[in-house]
Amino acid sequence: MSERAKPILAATWVGFLLSIPFWLDNPYLLHVLIVTGIFIIAAMSLNLLLGYAGQLSLGHVAFFGIGAYASALVSLGFKVTLFPDWVLVVEAKPVWLAMLAGMLAAGASGWFIGRIAFKVRGAYFVIVSISFVEVVRLVAVNWVELTQGPMALNNIPPLEAWGFTFLRKPANYWLVLGVAIASYVLIRRLVYSRAGRAMVALAENEPLATSVGIDVTRYLVLAAVVSATMAGAAGALYAHYVRIVDPDVFLFIYTVTMVIMVITGGKGTLAGPVVGGLIFGLLPEGLRAAAIAPEAQWIVYGVLMVLVVYFLPQGIVPALTKGRG
Amino acid sequence: MDQLLQHGLNALMLGGTYALLGIGLTLIFGIMKVVNFTHGELYAFGAYMMYALVMLLGVSFFVALPLAIALGVALGALLELVLLRRLRGADIDTTMLVMIGAWIALQNAEQLAWTGVAKSISTPFPAAPLVIGPVSVAWNRVFVLVVALILIGVTYLLINKTKLGRAMRATFQDRDTAALMGVRIGNIHTATFALGSGLAAAGGALLGPVFVAYPSMGDLAAAKAFAVVILGGLGSIPGATLGGFILALVEELGAGYVSSGYRDAMGFLLIIVILLFRPTGLFARKERVG
Amino acid sequence: MSPILRVENLLVRFGGLAAITDMSMEVREGEVLSLIGPNGAGKTTAFNAITGYLAAAKGDVIFLGKNLGGIKTSEIAALGLVRTFQKTSVFGGRSALDNVLIGLHLRARQTPLAILLGFPYVAREEKHLESEAEQVLRFVGLERRKDELASALPYGDQRLLEVAIALAAKPKLLMLDEPVSGMNPSETASFMAKLAEIRALGITVLLVEHDMKMVMGVSDRVVCLSQGRIIADGTPAQIQRDPEVIKAYLGERYRRAVG
Repeated sequence: MSERAKPILAATWVGFLLSIPFWLDNPYLLHVLIVTGIFIIAAMSLNLLLGYAGQLSLGHVAFFGIGAYASALVSLGFKVTLFPDWVLVVEAKPVWLAMLAGMLAAGASGWFIGRIAFKVRGAYFVIVSISFVEVVRLVAVNWVELTQGPMALNNIPPLEAWGFTFLRKPANYWLVLGVAIASYVLIRRLVYSRAGRAMVALAENEPLATSVGIDVTRYLVLAAVVSATMAGAAGALYAHYVRIVDPDVFLFIYTVTMVIMVITGGKGTLAGPVVGGLIFGLLPEGLRAAAIAPEAQWIVYGVLMVLVVYFLPQGIVPALTKGRG
Repeated sequence: MDQLLQHGLNALMLGGTYALLGIGLTLIFGIMKVVNFTHGELYAFGAYMMYALVMLLGVSFFVALPLAIALGVALGALLELVLLRRLRGADIDTTMLVMIGAWIALQNAEQLAWTGVAKSISTPFPAAPLVIGPVSVAWNRVFVLVVALILIGVTYLLINKTKLGRAMRATFQDRDTAALMGVRIGNIHTATFALGSGLAAAGGALLGPVFVAYPSMGDLAAAKAFAVVILGGLGSIPGATLGGFILALVEELGAGYVSSGYRDAMGFLLIIVILLFRPTGLFARKERVG
Repeated sequence: MSPILRVENLLVRFGGLAAITDMSMEVREGEVLSLIGPNGAGKTTAFNAITGYLAAAKGDVIFLGKNLGGIKTSEIAALGLVRTFQKTSVFGGRSALDNVLIGLHLRARQTPLAILLGFPYVAREEKHLESEAEQVLRFVGLERRKDELASALPYGDQRLLEVAIALAAKPKLLMLDEPVSGMNPSETASFMAKLAEIRALGITVLLVEHDMKMVMGVSDRVVCLSQGRIIADGTPAQIQRDPEVIKAYLGERYRRAVG
């Protein structure tokens, strides 16, 4: 692919995506695209941590959920008793501020995970990351005073910005598309830079990387923080689009979905999570149209994952680009 | 004081099962270096097999139990042969992903087969509990503890006193040297996975009748198993045994004195805290299994 | 010439044994010093202890006047002490150019925030780094292979790439662990010439090597390690005749035979 053609192709693709709400009449499909878009943002963020920095983090949905809850709570306002006699009251804030709070909260937990990743390696880190999500989920279920537990936070206000309310589907679609494009650009900048090279170097050959001065903690934490903040943004978008958030958002199955998207699309590539996200975001709809039970769907996913690992271990995107190379 | 004793007794039964789960996982994790996400599903499988045998086929409870365990061993061997053989030498991400795929497929197959409704399994024990002074304990729980201890003992003997066990220990210590000395690594892997899966199925077959069987029961069991492995250190049977009982005790006391809603979080918190201070587990002994 | 590196009474335990016992030596600025010794003498262990990959039980390592005890390996590199590895160590999944770009990590100044926000100086620095990387590749003779995958390079070129990566980090002291092991005689000869060029750049070199011809040909001084201890320290000519060295390599009988 010539260097000249790439920007034109990208512009065409973006133009096509922008145009969809104008001609797609089906509100349900638009909803599917919006949710898929949100998942793609989360998958791109996971790709940074899993695909580039090589951290086997299986707790990614924790960042997504923390972003969703934090943003929802700040936009609704909350009251919680922290110690006997000390009640914390936060008044409802404008949604854009709440979303930033969500991203900040997610980023902070990313910092925490990043520091752990430095100490705890390999398969142990996998276990820690899963445990972390479960603890967060159980807190969300049990700390009813703050999160309403299983009864969910509802009536979450939609985003209002520049005098415009993002209530209807087309508006949310463009919002998600905008954030997705911005996320893609951010990751691209990071990957083609000194910081991105440092992360990849650490993942590929850590002793060699440190021998030329690359600080392990600094870059693992950076990868985790950027990744978590982006996932938190996706979570915040989700909270103010769907406008209900309950502890099920932390279920392991959603982390698995993101992992499947990244791995089948191609970890460590920019296009991988997008391709994987489109496939696994839209596939359920195709299967549902064919009247296949949800359990059977998941069996298909499971088998698909195994097959991809066997036959396309690098994922779909590298398999396609290698042919062209 | 009586309450403490009661909690302690309750913890014993759970501890025995956690130990079984943990031992199975620590062997697989330690010898094969595989993060076995299907472990919970084997636990559920054991429970469902008991349901099928006792409630649907009318098999006697005491015959169904070893049968269910044997079926678990067989399923484990099958999984290893079909899924993991091809991946010999692949990196840990790859096997992990295959295991996740298998876990999803298995759990949903179980859901399809048995539906989401919880199934109860009747036992031949008297309903009235055994009363010892100020504490009481149900007969079926005593049975679970006794069988669990027997199985732990059998596994320990298998690993430490048999030729197969010696080969497994050699593979754990140094795979390449073991292969050079004639150990058939492929067979050892199959045996290890089958054994580990059998222990998980045993846990499910024992606890299923005490509680109920439902499709996602394996997830929590797997999480407890991982916590036990972290507590006890990779490859250590005594460690996993001790870890199982410690976890059960922490859970029981936490649920009793702190809050029952966070009971299951205890295990996870324990994992995180321990790994923060000892990144390779509490009793990590890297040199030997057994 | 002042010592750029001083090792004092180093004691290193490895797997329960004392791999290095009471090792003291110094490397003088601008020289090429070779560390020799029979297999298992502890040479790579010494490297690892000096550069922070292994913790020493006792003793001090002082580089440019600074005690390296407890300092992270990446920080030691930032101070100007860069080492290569005994087993071929490159970033196999990246191109040769990318490998050297990684080596240039310390020479770049892009901060994460600037990168994410797309500040123009980042792109400028990237171009600058690329041309510097090409220069380094040209120095080791690999510029024509810059876009090739590192793992696909022939063995000798991979070893050259390793040196290129280390050089990119602008070391004051370059520690090479068996750089020519596995190379054929002509590759070894051209590497020896390269070493002279490196030294001409003002870089001090500490070398672990088995190839005696190379050791005698490039070194200003030689230190011999045997069973964790330094047994000889002098010029190549002195070392060659040293009875302790001969005994360590060839055994007691040879020493008696040689007289």
